[in-house]
Amino acid sequence: MRDYSFRLLALLFFTTPLFAADALHGEVARQPINITAITMFLLFVSATLGITYWAAKRTKSTKDFYAAGGSITGFQNGLAIAGDFMSAASFLGISGLVFASGFDGLIYSIGFLVGWPIILFLLAERLRNLGKYTFADAVSYRLKPIPIRSLSACGTLSVVLLYLIAQLVGAGKLIQILFGLEYHLAVVIVGILMILYVTFGGMLATTWVQIIKAILLLFGASFMAIAVMYKMDFSIEALFTNAVAVHDKGLSIMSPGGLVSDPVSAISLGLALMFGTAGLPHILMRFFTVPDAREARKSVFYATGFIGYFYILTFVIGFGAIVLLVNNPEFLDAETGGILGGNNMAAIHLAKAVGGEVFLGFISAVAFATILAVVSGLTLSGASAISHDLYASVIRKGQAVEGDEVRVSRIATIILGIVAIFLGIIFEQQNVAYMVGLAFAIAASVNFPILFLSMYWQKLTTRGAFVGGSIGLITAILCMIFGPTIWVDILGNEQAIFPYKHPALFSMSAAFIFILIISKLDNSQSAKDEADAFEDQYARSQTGLGAEGVANH
Amino acid sequence: MQHLYRRIYADPEFHELELKRGRFSWLLSAILLISYFSFILIIAFAPQIFSVPIFEGSIITWGIPVGLFIILLSFLLTGIYIFRANNEFDQLTKDIIEHAKESGDA
Repeated sequence: MRDYSFRLLALLFFTTPLFAADALHGEVARQPINITAITMFLLFVSATLGITYWAAKRTKSTKDFYAAGGSITGFQNGLAIAGDFMSAASFLGISGLVFASGFDGLIYSIGFLVGWPIILFLLAERLRNLGKYTFADAVSYRLKPIPIRSLSACGTLSVVLLYLIAQLVGAGKLIQILFGLEYHLAVVIVGILMILYVTFGGMLATTWVQIIKAILLLFGASFMAIAVMYKMDFSIEALFTNAVAVHDKGLSIMSPGGLVSDPVSAISLGLALMFGTAGLPHILMRFFTVPDAREARKSVFYATGFIGYFYILTFVIGFGAIVLLVNNPEFLDAETGGILGGNNMAAIHLAKAVGGEVFLGFISAVAFATILAVVSGLTLSGASAISHDLYASVIRKGQAVEGDEVRVSRIATIILGIVAIFLGIIFEQQNVAYMVGLAFAIAASVNFPILFLSMYWQKLTTRGAFVGGSIGLITAILCMIFGPTIWVDILGNEQAIFPYKHPALFSMSAAFIFILIISKLDNSQSAKDEADAFEDQYARSQTGLGAEGVANH
Repeated sequence: MQHLYRRIYADPEFHELELKRGRFSWLLSAILLISYFSFILIIAFAPQIFSVPIFEGSIITWGIPVGLFIILLSFLLTGIYIFRANNEFDQLTKDIIEHAKESGDA
């Protein structure tokens, strides 16, 4: 069961085990080309390319490119953040999970949501007040930029690449099923579109693509949930009673089913979900697109509302799928008796059951759009780590010419995009389910500890942050390699050297402990200067005085 | 800018604000963390608690309203936080900044 819970984490982000398993064994037949879906998708692509053209004319300075000129409102940013979280994986994955095991789907939704209020209470404002374009700006406010930015860039790029590979492989497989396009073609299309959005439209285009997709997805999911409730005469009792009557697990879908069984795994997973979210570079970057801390706060409020609402919808959709699909031969695999294409297709089939071919096409197109929006955000964040942290601060030592920095970030976007397409193709036949788990563990063990301590602990020194953060990074990677997922399942060894599937509890603790010890032992002059600079940083982080704003554009 | 930061840091009102806001943030975080981890630990150790129907003969178990409550709680807590932050804390912050700027002119 421990194994199950890890896979479910991954499932939410698309590298679904059911999917992956099906695809690995070549069991999923390509669907015939779906014309409605492709037409709707082409509409979405033309609209978003139009936005990119509009955004490109407004994207000139570094601030435009990385932060949409700081011009996004709290409400818009809240929608965009919600868009980053409402990936095709959470839509298809969670509704599929509810379809398969009922109540357990809710456990995951909640795990993903509760990270948000914590980000608001402890990080969002300070981050907004200290930073400019990347979270490394905030960390290197009083620490030495070269080591800190090198480490942050390593953390960011590892997270971004792992996440991108997982998304692209999942995307290729999903598109194969939904649209009947070939895997390689699907990966190349997604890759090229994401390069176009980011290279030309920067953060402005990325944000609007994300907003449009969020609205479409919220609309589609609301329609499905309402249609389901309509068929149940708007009675929750009726929905659950009908579901229990047809589901082969019967009444047990109304109770926890052993998803979280072992306390170490449960806590480790909980930490990765909660603090990993607070360390994801593409999410943290969103806080710089708003004009001030007040709007940053509002964006979390709206985002939490939208994400929470969306998860409630997926719960209804999952149960609705049980009621409407389980006994409907149209959606069942004649041989296995299971649902066509696996559990993650539950929401897609339900779309057809409640809205016919046209709505099915709409939902398929939205799922495709969702992937595009999420990978664009990731690519932009990776490109900023290269151009803003590595090029401008480490290589040029903060002396980069503005035009050069934007050019470097565009080149970095193109290179990252091409690398991601290649990796997506190379990993087609690989099990990539562990990659998202690893990305969250790295975010929770490198980015989060140095960011959090730089804001809250006066005695943090460059040496402590660099050594401790690096240890967190290495521990997360090693625990993953020697853990059950890679060492046993992929490399085929008998016994795992590190017994747990989720490294976050260990790697995060290692990072915090080493950062604390090494900072304490650091008696250098620079350590003293860094502690002295804390007061200024503190005054700025709490009041926002001197923070980046729209005004100094 | 640095002299302003120094002045703000020396201002007792600043530390009052920071203490008030800090206490509020940690209180809300604690409410959420305790609710969430209680939820997870009940699922890990005593899942039967969540299998009890909410009333005799109902199909709905306690797990479902409790789960939905945590989703609502997350949203409510963020709402409570931004309400106080956007009014009380922002006003105090503004006063402190103005204060620091004025005392510079004097």
